[in-house]
Formats: sequence, structure tokens, C-alpha cells
Amino acid sequence: MKQGLHPVVMLLLVAAAALFGRVLPTWTLSLATIAASNALIALGIVILARTGNVSFGQGLFYAAGGYGVALIANAWGITDALVQMLIGAVCGGLLGIVIGPLLARYSGIFFGMLTLALSMVLYGALVKTTALGGSDGFNIGRPTLFGLSFTDTREADFMLYAVSVVTTGLAGIAATILFRSELGLASLAVRENNLRVEYLGISSNWVVTINFAIAAVFAGASGSFALMAQRHIDPQFAYWTTSGEFVFVAVLAGYQSVAAVFVASLALELVRSFSNLYLPNTWQLVLGVFLLGVILFLPRGIGSLWIKQRRKRTDPPLTAVTAQKEAAQ
Amino acid sequence: MTPVLSVRGLEKRFDAVVAADALSLDIAAGQKVSLIGANGAGKTTFVNMVTGYLKPDSGSIALEGMDIAKRSPRNVARLGISRSFQIPQLFIELTAAENLSVAVSGAGTRALSFHSPAEGHGRRDKVLELLARFGLGDLADRPVSELAGGVRKLIDIAMALVRRPKLLLLDEPTSGVSAEEKFVTMDRVIHAVAPDAATIVFVEHDMEIVSRYADRVVAFYLGRILADGDPHDVLKDAEVRRYVTGGAQ
Repeated sequence: MKQGLHPVVMLLLVAAAALFGRVLPTWTLSLATIAASNALIALGIVILARTGNVSFGQGLFYAAGGYGVALIANAWGITDALVQMLIGAVCGGLLGIVIGPLLARYSGIFFGMLTLALSMVLYGALVKTTALGGSDGFNIGRPTLFGLSFTDTREADFMLYAVSVVTTGLAGIAATILFRSELGLASLAVRENNLRVEYLGISSNWVVTINFAIAAVFAGASGSFALMAQRHIDPQFAYWTTSGEFVFVAVLAGYQSVAAVFVASLALELVRSFSNLYLPNTWQLVLGVFLLGVILFLPRGIGSLWIKQRRKRTDPPLTAVTAQKEAAQ
Repeated sequence: MTPVLSVRGLEKRFDAVVAADALSLDIAAGQKVSLIGANGAGKTTFVNMVTGYLKPDSGSIALEGMDIAKRSPRNVARLGISRSFQIPQLFIELTAAENLSVAVSGAGTRALSFHSPAEGHGRRDKVLELLARFGLGDLADRPVSELAGGVRKLIDIAMALVRRPKLLLLDEPTSGVSAEEKFVTMDRVIHAVAPDAATIVFVEHDMEIVSRYADRVVAFYLGRILADGDPHDVLKDAEVRRYVTGGAQ
């Protein structure tokens, strides 16, 4: 049986990561906030990828969360970061519940292209909707927390960092529990052989739909964090290149480990920031080489580094009895 | 007494090929029925129709009197018909125990849990007990991709058995197993299956296996039933010898 960290230990790690923001340089706080936010949406893609389906259009839910929060915040004056995050998650989730059952009937490239198409439909609609600012989008106010306003830039950045890290951390813990659960195992089974899953009495469409809805919730919450960090939203949230970045993180991470998603997201932000700083005209090339390197040397993603080690530790040795049995077959 | 499986006038064509031609068959509880026939005779098509993978062009299929001809494989499985496959259909990146855990999840009456561990203690015990029954207890935590074909076959059958089916369909349970091992394997299967599945239908090409383990044989030829009855009689039938066994036995 696979063993992992106990949820209480994971909670302590999340708390430590949030408090670590106190000692981080100011310039890294917004970078870490974006990394945490991207990790959240990539985590959703990884959850979905465990069923064998990759969404190339998570920007759809990312934008739904962002626009939902921005519209509600401006209309009702809601500025609390936690409430905004919850609104974003609900907006993304509702859309996911509507779309999920329709897409669950497809798989592979058809599934991916349909998600991409839907996100581009939203992008097109947003660009043409002048009431939502058209291609320029619109702004929202600075977020608060529990009624506290943060006028100091560092404090405001730290607040958003802490909320995003804690949210993403809790999502990571939930994902870890999910991965070990009946649904998590059934998801891997759907990935490998969905017909056999049906023969065992499990609806593979239902499994895909649930994973899809969870990914949409995470994407919506992630969109709300991006909105809070930029205090501005525009149709770019739904554009295919935005979705592509999240898939990039998910590919880097692989589908076997939650922790890998955080590592991949942070690695991507660091590579992007530093290559943008030192190689401003060729930073995309550096990112491409980085991705190629990971695919070449770690085809199952960064997570395979420690999953492989764990398997080696926990798998029983091939005893004489089993060897004999296998030889007999 | 209502038969476990009752098939009436079952027809299935694939363009010009007749895979099932007015098949009618009753299988009573407790029988061990072997389906025999040359390649293309319609045995696997019959199994696929009974388990909901293929829909018949016409005719009825009833499980304990309930029509199941239009139902999906998932619904058929839930109603009590399980199957194994000629080529084992497993989740090869998962371990043997994880494969069975998925089957245990499918056999449950409630929805899949988001939080209950897939290999919690009660479930793990059940999985290990089932693996042990097939003599595979010490392979529980090995990925299926590392296991031999014969072992995979047994895991495939074990997965079909988790649901304690009313009717268990085994598609060539000894194919790919060496001549020396086939009786050992089949003994193990019959012994392991006995507590959970009283009625078994198995597709088989090996007439030694058929005559030893079946208490009824149905011979297929070009989508029709050529002979049906006691193994001794069917295997001696002139038409069966001519079109199916080629004089074997």
C-alpha cells in the first residue's frame, strides 16, 4: 500500500509555507502568489488528467471565475479576498457542472479540442461585449481580508500570498485525499481502460464529470486570485495561450503527485522570471528547452522522481515463491 | 423454476456475416456451461450481447425473467452478470490489489467515495482474501504490468467475481496457459469461483477442459446452435465432430 504524509502534517506544511511569506523579499511575494494560483488551476488539470483527459481550455473556467468575481465585487462592493475566492470557485464549478456531462462522452484529442473551442467561444464573446469592457476589460478595487484594508503594498501582497498559498495548499490536501480515495483510484482505472470500468459497474462518464467539475472549481478560484493580484480582468483570461500555460505546468508536474504541481508551477514562474530578465527576447525559447528537457528525462513529470523512489521502497521484493510462481506461468 | 439466463430468437449480423441466427437458450442456476465452436462461430458475440456490449438486431435476453437486451454493460453488471475476457482487461499500471479495489468499488451499492481510502483496511482484507483464493496473495502489491499472462488472467477472473454474480461468463479462461498448467489453472478457477458464482458459462477451445469441467456443452456453428446437452453426447455428435472439434476428444 502506498503511504504518504498524514493530512495533519500537510496542514502544518501549508501553515509554514504561508508564514514563510513573512521573510520572503517583497518582489517574490507576487511571483509566489501567481505560482500558487497557477498551481491551483494546474492541480485541477492534473486531477482531470488522471482520467486520461487533458483540458486545453481551462481558461474558460479561469475567466468565468475572474469575471464572476469582478462583476459581483463591483456590483455589491464585495472586497473580501476569501469571499471573492469562494465566488470564483462557485462560478467555475457551476459552469463545470453544466459542461462536464456533455464533454465526458468524449475522450482524447476530441475532449481537448472541445474544451479549447469552448474557451475560445467565451473569449470571442467577451471581446465583443462592450458592457464587460470588450477587449480592454475592467478594473476592481484592492481586496481586503476580514474587514481589514491593506494600504501598505508589502502587507497587501503578503495577505494575497497567504490566502492563495493556504487555499492552494488546502486544495492540494484535498487532492491528496482524493487521489487515495475510491474515486481517485477509479479515475486511474478510467484512464487505462474505461470499458473495463463500465463492466465493473462504474460509470466512467460520471467519474470524468466529477473530476472535470473539481478542475473547474479550482480554475474558478485560480481566476479570482489572478484577478485580485492584477486588480484587472480582460478576455485574455480565456485565451488559448493562457490555458496552454496551465497545461504546461500540468505536463511538467505529471499526474502522480500533488506536490509536483507546486514544484512545477514555482519552477515555471522562476524560469520565466529569470529568463525574461536576462534573455528578454528569447525567454520563450528557454521555456521550450526547459519543457523539452523535462519530457525527455522525466516523461511522467517531475512527480515521477519521488513516486518511483517510493514504489521502490514499498514494493515487496520478488521472493523465491513469487518468482517460482511467475516462472510457472 | 425461472432460468438464470433465457435467450430467445437472438439475431445479430455484421453486414453479410451472421453472428447469431435465431439463438434460443436457457441456462439454469448452478450449471457449468461450456460454449464451443470454431473461430467466428458466434461464441464471443453471444457473450458480448449477454453482457450488453453488443445490442442484438432482434430477440430477447432475460436475466431471471428481466429483459436486459437493451441495457449497457454497466447496468448488466449491476444486475448480476460479470465476465472475464479472452485477453485480460486490466489496469496495467495499477497493482493487483488496486485492480481488485476498483472492482470492489464498482460492486458497492453507494456512489464512489471522494475521501474513503480505496485500500482501507476492510476493503484491503477482502481484496487479499480474494487474491489468496486464486493463489496470488503474495503478488498483491505488484503492478500488473510486471505480472505474467497467466496471472493476469486469474486477476481478470477475480475482478469479475468481486460482485458475486448470478452468472459468470469466462471467455477462454485457459487460453495462453501451457498444456501442463491448464488443469491446475482451471482447478484453481473453479475452486476460487465456487463460493461466489454458482452459474458459470465459459467459452473454451480445449475439449479436455470442456469434458472435465462442464456439465453442459453448447456447440456453435455459423451463429447457430449445432448441439446442446451433456458433454459426452455433444462431443460425440457427428456434426460437432465435423464442424467444431474436428474429431478431437
